[in-house]
Amino acid sequence: MTQASEIGDIQVADTLDTSGLLCPLPVYQAALVLKKLEPGEVLELICTDPGSLEDIPALARQRGDALLAVEDGNGIQKFWIEKGGDA
Amino acid sequence: MTNLAENLATIADATAETGPRQKRLALVASKGTLDAAYPPLILATTAASLGWEVGIYFTFYGLDILHQGRHRKLKMASLANPSGPIRLPNFIGAIPGATAAATKVMRRWMKRSRMPDVAEFIEMSRGLGVTFFACATTMGVMGVEEGDLIAGCDVAGAAKFLDFAGEADVQLFV
Repeated sequence: MTQASEIGDIQVADTLDTSGLLCPLPVYQAALVLKKLEPGEVLELICTDPGSLEDIPALARQRGDALLAVEDGNGIQKFWIEKGGDA
Repeated sequence: MTNLAENLATIADATAETGPRQKRLALVASKGTLDAAYPPLILATTAASLGWEVGIYFTFYGLDILHQGRHRKLKMASLANPSGPIRLPNFIGAIPGATAAATKVMRRWMKRSRMPDVAEFIEMSRGLGVTFFACATTMGVMGVEEGDLIAGCDVAGAAKFLDFAGEADVQLFV
């Protein structure tokens, strides 16, 4: 996993803020955005649902995307997800 | 040996063409109360978001979730539901108005949490390609016509659903 200092180097294609939304909405909305991205493009995802810390890695694993980095602090989680080849 | 090698090559080609098999979730929705309508719809929406193939078999009172005239009016009973949104002695749950009050509280909770309502979850699931199987027997028993249901349902008997569920990785009864 990328260290926080390297996150700034990640090229982000789209950002989605799901603050205040509960499961399954962060996963649902992230999947809709990821479907529109090209393979290799990165989605920056912001969540406040504590369950997202486990849900978003599961989403990436199941879809075949790569979770490049995670930041967690002050009740806000940030994820950088690179769309996989055939997802 | 040649045959074996050829067979393996054929299998490898087939796998390369189709990729790893898509995971499948088969759900049964058997209850028609407001609180029981959410779990199958939430699980279906989530699984489809993960890229899974999903089918829900709506049977008995669960069929109300697909019923055009009823799915926006699903109720939440406080009677015999000690975990309900209003904690009342059981006998009060039988008083007229108690179910309406519990339903109102539940709807308010969901709205406050910015959760979609049942109709919105149906639209979300449908947008992701979830299959809605409507139990043919329930329709016959309860006098429900295909035209009473939301568009795009797949009227199915138990065997058709089991044919789908038999190939599923996860099967759940709600």
